[in-house]
Amino acid sequence: MDEKPGFERSVRGDGPGRADASWARQGAYARLREGVRAYGMIAAMWIRSTMAYRASFVMTTIGNFAGTALDFVAILLMFSQVDRLGGYSLPEVAFLYGVAGTAFGIADLALGSMDRLGRRVRDGTLDTLLVRPVPVLAQVAADRFALRRLGRITQGLLVLGYAIAVLDISWTPLRLLMIPLMLLSGGVIFSAVFVGGAAFQFVAQDASEVQNSFTYGGSTLLQYPPTVFAKDLLRGVTFVFPLAFVNWLPALYVLGRPYPLDLPTWVAFTPPLVAAGCCALAGVAWRAGLRSYRSTGS
Amino acid sequence: MAVGVHSEFSGVEGDFIELDGVEKVFDVRKKTGFLRSERRQVRAVDSLSFTVPRGEMVGYIGPNGAGKSTTIKMLTGILTPSGGRLRVAGIDPSRERTRLAQRIGVVFGQRTTLWWDLPLIDSYRLMHRMYRIPDGRYRENLDRCVELLQLADLLDVPVRQLSLGQRMRGDIAAALLHDPDVLYLDEPTIGLDVISKARVREFLRDLNAERGTTVLLTTHDLTDIEQLCRRVMVIDHGRLMYDGPLTGLHEVGESERTLVVDLERELPPIEVESARVVKVEGPRQWLAFPAASSAAPLVARIAAEYPLVDLSVREPDIETVIAKMYAQGGAEKAVS
Repeated sequence: MDEKPGFERSVRGDGPGRADASWARQGAYARLREGVRAYGMIAAMWIRSTMAYRASFVMTTIGNFAGTALDFVAILLMFSQVDRLGGYSLPEVAFLYGVAGTAFGIADLALGSMDRLGRRVRDGTLDTLLVRPVPVLAQVAADRFALRRLGRITQGLLVLGYAIAVLDISWTPLRLLMIPLMLLSGGVIFSAVFVGGAAFQFVAQDASEVQNSFTYGGSTLLQYPPTVFAKDLLRGVTFVFPLAFVNWLPALYVLGRPYPLDLPTWVAFTPPLVAAGCCALAGVAWRAGLRSYRSTGS
Repeated sequence: MAVGVHSEFSGVEGDFIELDGVEKVFDVRKKTGFLRSERRQVRAVDSLSFTVPRGEMVGYIGPNGAGKSTTIKMLTGILTPSGGRLRVAGIDPSRERTRLAQRIGVVFGQRTTLWWDLPLIDSYRLMHRMYRIPDGRYRENLDRCVELLQLADLLDVPVRQLSLGQRMRGDIAAALLHDPDVLYLDEPTIGLDVISKARVREFLRDLNAERGTTVLLTTHDLTDIEQLCRRVMVIDHGRLMYDGPLTGLHEVGESERTLVVDLERELPPIEVESARVVKVEGPRQWLAFPAASSAAPLVARIAAEYPLVDLSVREPDIETVIAKMYAQGGAEKAVS
């Protein structure tokens, strides 16, 4: 599993093989690979431990599914009174909802534990992560990895499936490709928000609510068509805090709807770039946060 | 001794931990008004210099807020020093924290490094993979720890259900699975009962003797030091106040132990030349005697002349020893 099998045999002493954590001195790629490896093994252990109580797992997953489905019930209730919301029909809103819900679900599954960081900073348990030879971000992210959060993804995908089945979309290869593209990019954008929010908690330890307002609040915002919101808000989530790239811009392309803010059509294809940019920013923020923690303590 | 690998950094051969003029300054913000705050600099550690050779077991003591934990955090790479030079096994902890992590074990008395909601054995399995411990080595170390720390019945118990003493033993095992060259223990016996304390101490003594693991431990309990360490460092207000054997500390601090005796009935204060009565409460009397001298002759004298029912000896606490050191005045000169 490693390209340096030799170290396995180095037992005690000071052989260079022992210090295989030299990944830290290598480039970003080695760091990423090591982080993913650590994430994988911590998450796997949590899954194993969850599966020890199968009934409980099934119940909490159903609970997660039902809890998140209530959001959609609210939309259904609204449509029992009106035919259109901001000029959008129920299936169209369901499409927006499905994409936003699934994208957010992916990020929530992967990094949903990150809002506990503030507590870890406060009670000092973050220190225990800093003395282990794997990246802190991976440890924080994988902590209490909860498979029950699949409930949210399932629910989002079901609504999305319903929308696609009912909507009369003239499918082109490009439009078809757009579906996985926006789910993945959206998941990555939300993940970056989770990481960025956690980084902020290094400085303000009680900021998990601020983070929640951007993550949970943001995903709720995206469940509605952009036409119901004020222009200033739209500008904000397009140019400042790029949530519009999760579903609005790419989804409107699929739906064949006019863009908010008179944006050109090609912005529908930018979500992967925006996602990459968000990751870079979140990474910088995380490192800055960790550095400030290490110079000031809790 | 194979210190050679990192010899480009390490100075004197065998000096495993090296600190030279290490400082840590914190910016503390104090609220002075609704939105105003005052910034104040606090020196948690001030020009700290010492070395610990490989295989030594050192007690690191001082009152609360003296800078003990800050030092440990800098030695593990958690905190970045504000100034000075610091090396552990030739590695600069703050710059190569993760590389150093492979070679150190850390036990925080107040918080666990184990996964709180998972059975103990799951934490160990995770450590196995996280530290890339060779399988044979892992099994050997685990078996040894399980046997010596009596963990066999606890392996399947979630960590949160363990008692403090059990958890501490579990934590110590976790810190040793990857054969660290140095073990930091921050208050390893805090809150433990007498039996757990004794078990932990015995284990540490064996570890140091058999494996040559360098051990640095902070504690409030002078008995820990007495039973484990030949060398003790005292830190207060971020400065090293004393560095030498424990007996020397007692001499410098003129510290006294207390002999508590229960007599058959109320009697006037006991009169012996090597001790003085400091307190009388019914049949119970407290006698202070120099910490550096043995309690046995004193006990023998009292038992011979008084109707003795029960007795116990209390060690001086660190705060008292340090307070006396201050009173002496020449405290700084005690640093070797």
